[in-house]
Amino acid sequence: MMDFIGLLAFGDTGWGDEMLKGALMTVLVSVSAMAIGLIVSIFGTMSKMSSNKLVRSIGNTYTTIVRGIPELLVIYLLYFGLNNAVMGIAKGVFGYNQYIELPVFFVAAIAVGLISGAYSTEVIRGAFLAVPKGQVEAAKSVGMNRFLIFHRVLVPQVLRYALPGLGNVWQLTLKDTALIMVTGLVEIMRQAHIGAGSTHEPFVFYTAAACLYLILTTVSSQALNSAESWANKGVRRA
Amino acid sequence: MSLSDSYFQMCDALPGREGVLNFNLMCDNLPVLLQGVPLTLELVFVSLSLGFCLALGVALMRISNNRALNIVARSYVFYFRGTPLLVQIFLIYYGLAQFDFVKESFFWPFLREAYWCGILALMLNTGAYTAEIIRGGLQSVPFGQIESARAMGMSGLLLYRRIIFPIAFRQALPAYGNEMILMVKGTSLVSTVTLMEVTGIARYIIAKYWTPVEIFLIAGVIYLTINYLVTLIVKKAEYKFTPYLQHQK
Repeated sequence: MMDFIGLLAFGDTGWGDEMLKGALMTVLVSVSAMAIGLIVSIFGTMSKMSSNKLVRSIGNTYTTIVRGIPELLVIYLLYFGLNNAVMGIAKGVFGYNQYIELPVFFVAAIAVGLISGAYSTEVIRGAFLAVPKGQVEAAKSVGMNRFLIFHRVLVPQVLRYALPGLGNVWQLTLKDTALIMVTGLVEIMRQAHIGAGSTHEPFVFYTAAACLYLILTTVSSQALNSAESWANKGVRRA
Repeated sequence: MSLSDSYFQMCDALPGREGVLNFNLMCDNLPVLLQGVPLTLELVFVSLSLGFCLALGVALMRISNNRALNIVARSYVFYFRGTPLLVQIFLIYYGLAQFDFVKESFFWPFLREAYWCGILALMLNTGAYTAEIIRGGLQSVPFGQIESARAMGMSGLLLYRRIIFPIAFRQALPAYGNEMILMVKGTSLVSTVTLMEVTGIARYIIAKYWTPVEIFLIAGVIYLTINYLVTLIVKKAEYKFTPYLQHQK
């Protein structure tokens, strides 16, 4: 039991501060990925709900592929693929022939962001479909134009309907960042792996990692609960 | 000329290194990657079946009136849904081996093998998610149905077998289909503990030839195909178990 405390102590002797730094990195990657995912999901929803068949199929292909292949593969593919693509462009357009490596954080955020974007797209699309048609018709009949309908009638309700689903996506994103360890970015999982390797105490380090994830998911589920009750405060209940 | 010969001849005709992707190499390595499919499917099947049995018990514990059982079930679900699958796999594979009493125990012949550690982690993980799905299904059974079954004189197991489980199963099926897909994707993580399923083989080929994008793309196609088949089966099952909705199609 003493080892446990000693190993996870703060300062030069223990790994406590390193693990906390890893947790900070996990949060940073998750927040960036979620933000990227939300931006992607706006375009995803627009494309999936478009009347043009080609545009619609692009959105459908994106969500089907990303949700159908393992997250680990998406991360690997982008980790290697993005570097290759950038090097290819650099060589083709600028004639630059050296090896280029993109910052790992950037690649990680984009990879996890694309995964969370696919799930967010489905959530936001579902929320749009949940708005009763009559409301849009009523808005039209009082003479609102498309923009006004969108921003006065659709957006406020879509945000409320989408909130629980987006909360689930956030929890998924948080846990997906553990896979980022394969790229070498030092977040919770990578730090635990390094610690476990150099002290031969894997149980201590992976348990610490599990506890950090539990803290993160519990805190965020509390925050999401209060956000939901805030968003629903104007709703009449049966 | 055999079928495989003609397959490889076809591969040779595809464009090689000049373009963006080396199609020749992708085609050549598809059969190699397909050798990992049986292990992937086996992992999915074994962990889903064991996980389902576990989940059934946990769900019943979760809705029981016994406080102790309830707390055990709650903490199990909380832990396994709140941490990433990767942590669970590492804890079981690397973490448990640290203790001498585990190494001397009866379970060591199992826990020594990456295969059983993988199965154990996947099973515990899917067990937690499935328990919540089953609980949702059980609680969605309208109380009137249970009441009327009781009025007809059904009780205990008969009530569960004839009324509660069929309705709950039907309710839970779409969510369970999603869980099955998550499990297919989850098996790719056991490649990190040396198992040679599809992702494991992909990593092996890449370490040898350094062609990551091509190989991971084919691996992706394989997973996509498996998941497509899973959704088809779930859709079929949903159709079969909701006969009263069939006329709406």
